[in-house]
Amino acid sequence: MDEAIQSAENKSTGIPDEGIDKGMGRLTPDRIESVINQVLQGETGARFKMYIDTCVHCGLCSGACHFYLSNDNDPHFSPVGKVKQTLWEMIKKKGKVSPEFLKRAATIAHTECNLCKRCSMYCPFGIDIAYLMLTVRRIIHKLEMTPLYIQDTVNSHAATMNQMWVKENEWVDTLQWQEDEARDEIPNLRIPLDKEGADIMYSVIAPEPKFQAGLIYQAAVLMNVAGVNWTMPSTPGWDNSDMAMFTGDNEITARLKRKHFETAARLKVKKIVMGECGHAFRSIYDVGNRSLSWRMPPIPVSHAIEFYYDLFKAGKIKLAKKYEKPVTLHDPCNIVRGRGLHEKARYVVNQLCENLVEMHPNRELNYCCSAGGGVINCGPPYKKKRVIGNRIKAEQLEATGVPVLIAPCHNCHSGLEDIVHHYELDMEVKFIIDILYECLDKGE
Amino acid sequence: MDSIYMFLTGPMMWACFIIFAIGIIYQLYRFFSLMNKKESFMFSYISLKYSLRSIYHWIVPFAATNMREQPAMTIVGFAFHASLILAPIFLVAHIVLLNEAFNISYWGLPKILADIMTIIVLTGCVFFLVRRITRQEVRFVTSLSDYLLLLMVALPFGSGLWAVHQFPGYSYALLIHILSGQIMIVAIPFTRFIHMVFGAFSRAYTGSEFGGVRFARDW
Repeated sequence: MDEAIQSAENKSTGIPDEGIDKGMGRLTPDRIESVINQVLQGETGARFKMYIDTCVHCGLCSGACHFYLSNDNDPHFSPVGKVKQTLWEMIKKKGKVSPEFLKRAATIAHTECNLCKRCSMYCPFGIDIAYLMLTVRRIIHKLEMTPLYIQDTVNSHAATMNQMWVKENEWVDTLQWQEDEARDEIPNLRIPLDKEGADIMYSVIAPEPKFQAGLIYQAAVLMNVAGVNWTMPSTPGWDNSDMAMFTGDNEITARLKRKHFETAARLKVKKIVMGECGHAFRSIYDVGNRSLSWRMPPIPVSHAIEFYYDLFKAGKIKLAKKYEKPVTLHDPCNIVRGRGLHEKARYVVNQLCENLVEMHPNRELNYCCSAGGGVINCGPPYKKKRVIGNRIKAEQLEATGVPVLIAPCHNCHSGLEDIVHHYELDMEVKFIIDILYECLDKGE
Repeated sequence: MDSIYMFLTGPMMWACFIIFAIGIIYQLYRFFSLMNKKESFMFSYISLKYSLRSIYHWIVPFAATNMREQPAMTIVGFAFHASLILAPIFLVAHIVLLNEAFNISYWGLPKILADIMTIIVLTGCVFFLVRRITRQEVRFVTSLSDYLLLLMVALPFGSGLWAVHQFPGYSYALLIHILSGQIMIVAIPFTRFIHMVFGAFSRAYTGSEFGGVRFARDW
């Protein structure tokens, strides 16, 4: 086993990453020590101390983690194992750790943990290990050694208020392009921009206009068919995504969410409805509002699943047909463990599809896609580790034996496509809106 | 030897319980004042209903998913903790001491049951020790302090059993029993034994967040 442990360490630290590696070069012993102690003593409080002091090192969280299970129960990947390799050492050495140690810590916190919180459901004390890993990421951020790819998205957030360097004119242009396209299908369709007093502000993540504009098209068709009084902002603040909360760049998170909520307030909408994204939901529903000192979001927010559910329940949409192929449903962490939308998701999928085959475990206990929590955003260098670290998901998917996998979250969607491809599963990954659009009765 | 015994059960016992009580109060004070100073938002999320819902599912054997996945750990864990807390409180010999000191008395465990519970605690210690050594995910996060904590639990129970049954050298065993028990009591507020107190808080806060904000179960 010791050899296996050694090899796991090599595998993990051997991956070149310009963000981490260049950051390491800038470190000095004094800086390391002062940053770690500033975060651990200055920024954390009672909760951190409680979690560290209460943990009895029992290892019962291990079975919760897909990285641990998929890597043949290698203890390096257990939740508590990750805390040991990062925070325990920092605490024990009072912040006097080496740059090499910090590279390993950055790699663990950023690429071996999806912050999915499944381990909180396994720990007898409910210790929030995701919070502990975020604390490590905060330290890494303050030491300026965040992995390159995700740091680039945070830079984009800071400069453009969206994740993908989408320029203001490109954004408006994309919406008008999709409106134009959709008018071939529904002649009077509109994507109303900046409509003050609309009921709903629809917001998306920047990858949608960047390379998945068809999703905006489909959403526009749904809104028009259902007769929703909606709008999209033409100004920065339209993007609801937030990679900064995953790099520990809390100040950027606060800026982003303030912009988002203020945009909704300017448009005087009753609520924000967002597309099928999990992390963005976590940001506007749970994290971002708190960083602005709001206990709950200042303007009500609905994930797409809730929105579809409400449309079905209110009888606002009808279907022309039901989707015939058997499907399975992935429960995204951020909207299931993060918002309990699992039953509503099942209601919607059952309305749309003839045959829903459950994967096991499911609902709050479902395994993460291994892409969330900013892991996929750390980019190609870590792709192999990410898919190998979720073999258990592939096994779970394969056992369903169905050709279609519904993943109502962007990160899950991309991560599961990688898993389907790597493990050669014969599955097509879809958003709910893909199927909803296909089956919707669009009228005359 | 009598004078040592008198000292340990007299002033020393007072000192231990005072340190224990002050230690717990100090830890609670530090925790809540720190929370008030830096994380006062926690007060706004904590909910009695969801705290109790979460604690309930983790205080009833096999009510949580992970307990069903680890049946041996669940059985030993519950039996161990229940015996660890109840046996010393309801042991007749301890009640007699309390009666002598404070003139209070209450129901005591039948001797055989007290023995069984003591053996459960000792078996639990051995089980945890073996688990620490043989299961790689536990061994990986084990350090000397984890073994010391187990030893600190095993000593008073082992020596207590020895003394009660008057095995050879039992008078020494009695002294070891008192002393090691006192060490354990004093250690509770200042070591990871504090999970006795903070485990419930940690559970309650997670339960409140899962229940009140995330509308999800946490067991």
